[in-house]
Amino acid sequence: MKLSNDSVKEKLIKKFGEQVSCFQEPYGMLTFETPKEINLKVLSFLFDDETLKFTFLTAICAVHYPDKKDKELAVVYHLHSLTANLRIRFKVFTAIEKPDVFTATGIFSSANWMERETFDFYGVNFIGHPNLKRILNVDEMDYFPMRKEFPLEDQTRIDKDDEMFGRG
Amino acid sequence: MYKETDILKESSVEGNLIINIGPQHPSTHGVLHLVVTLNGETIKKVEPHLGYIHRSIEKMCESLSYRQFIYVTSKMDYLSSHINNHGCAMCVEKGLQIEVPPRAQVIRVLMDELTRLSSHQLWWGAMAMDIGALTPFFHAFREREMITSIFEETCGTRLTMNYMVPGGVMADVNTNFQKSVKDFIIHFKNKINEYDELLTGNIIFQNRTKGVGFISKENAISFGCSGPTARGSGVSCDIRKLYPYEVYNQLDFDEILEPGGDCFARYLVRMKEMKQSISIIEQLIDNIPDGDFQAKTKAVLKLPKGEFYSSVESARGEFGVYIVSEGGTTPYRIKFRSPGFSNLSALDFMSREGKIGDLIAIMGSLDLVIPDIDR
Repeated sequence: MKLSNDSVKEKLIKKFGEQVSCFQEPYGMLTFETPKEINLKVLSFLFDDETLKFTFLTAICAVHYPDKKDKELAVVYHLHSLTANLRIRFKVFTAIEKPDVFTATGIFSSANWMERETFDFYGVNFIGHPNLKRILNVDEMDYFPMRKEFPLEDQTRIDKDDEMFGRG
Repeated sequence: MYKETDILKESSVEGNLIINIGPQHPSTHGVLHLVVTLNGETIKKVEPHLGYIHRSIEKMCESLSYRQFIYVTSKMDYLSSHINNHGCAMCVEKGLQIEVPPRAQVIRVLMDELTRLSSHQLWWGAMAMDIGALTPFFHAFREREMITSIFEETCGTRLTMNYMVPGGVMADVNTNFQKSVKDFIIHFKNKINEYDELLTGNIIFQNRTKGVGFISKENAISFGCSGPTARGSGVSCDIRKLYPYEVYNQLDFDEILEPGGDCFARYLVRMKEMKQSISIIEQLIDNIPDGDFQAKTKAVLKLPKGEFYSSVESARGEFGVYIVSEGGTTPYRIKFRSPGFSNLSALDFMSREGKIGDLIAIMGSLDLVIPDIDR
């Protein structure tokens, strides 16, 4: 049987009922949201189910929406089913004051580094992660640079005197 | 800031020794820092430290327009910059619903495959050099030079191109293009057999790579490996076959799978892929359709509100672009799924209980490009 977006949606609703919401299909990819408390249940259901088998974690990333109250940070999972050749995307939202999300390292080994990266740039605290520390930035950094309130360098600044890299 | 005590660490386990490989080490092909825990010559743990050339390209892209950001992406995986550009252009086209003219599609595929060839050539030379054979490096660069010259003729640059733009390609191919490519193919078809004679059948090389750095199919999937690294373990993950883009579904080529799972299997995948790339180029080079090389687009591109994901098969694996747009002229959030990042995360798993000399062979077989990992 060819797996389609509709059958994935049907299975999810049958299993989780009201808890999975906001189903959309932007440009063919099934997208939905779940409460952050059940992200692991959804991931392991998608991973274990005989017909779904979403075993390949393509990417984890976060998006910062400063205007959404208590839903400032979205963690976006892209999953790929190698047997059915289908991609889906699902999101969990978390408040920025307490950005706690359960880790997926128990299901996907690749989640280890991807979650470290998400923590590094957005400060999402993955509960249960074996080694949650910065990966691309220096360990001493005390801010999360991809959040919207962190500005880019002003291109017109003149205080920086650097012979080698211009603006001198 | 690193203190001396950070670098000269001592292991808590009796008899274990911690050494640092890199950030400036010839076999890491860039600034990658490995903290290796050894017991004698046996590797107990490898901890890669990344980010030495992290430039936060994702943050930078949030302030660049949809035409500008494509140029920055060729600085990520500089060995397959055409393919990076291609992935980004495709993602923008998806949002704007632009139909790419057939001529541009064929030119794109030709450029992609030439990029793949040049990337694999460099990898072949570099991997042999890591293992201790210096000659292949010069052979590889001799042939690679021909490809970079072809790029230079058409795109003006040799390494970091900005040729693929939303709607097609930036300029038509050079009038010499077909002839130069055909000359190159004739030349390289002989040389690739020389490559095999020189290295593939070499008993020293085989002993250094066979059975080294084993990763099973299940683990390769779990670590998110893609590209030749995963196909060397028998995972069918070629984006060109799974989600055909441009004219790939009309072409006759094979997805190379090797069940071995070791360094030699990954080596064979890339060698065979080069032959497939040659075959793709041969199928297309005489059949470039006439017509426009770029679709008509507005001067200022504005993506509709929404989310877009598109992926291409780069020389190292699945390169994905995820754009979140709020309807403006710049992306709200952009995420690059770089293949090297996930492939490198499996390094610790592959090299445990191996010898330290094997670590270099494993890194060579992963085909690491550090700017691609650090972004």
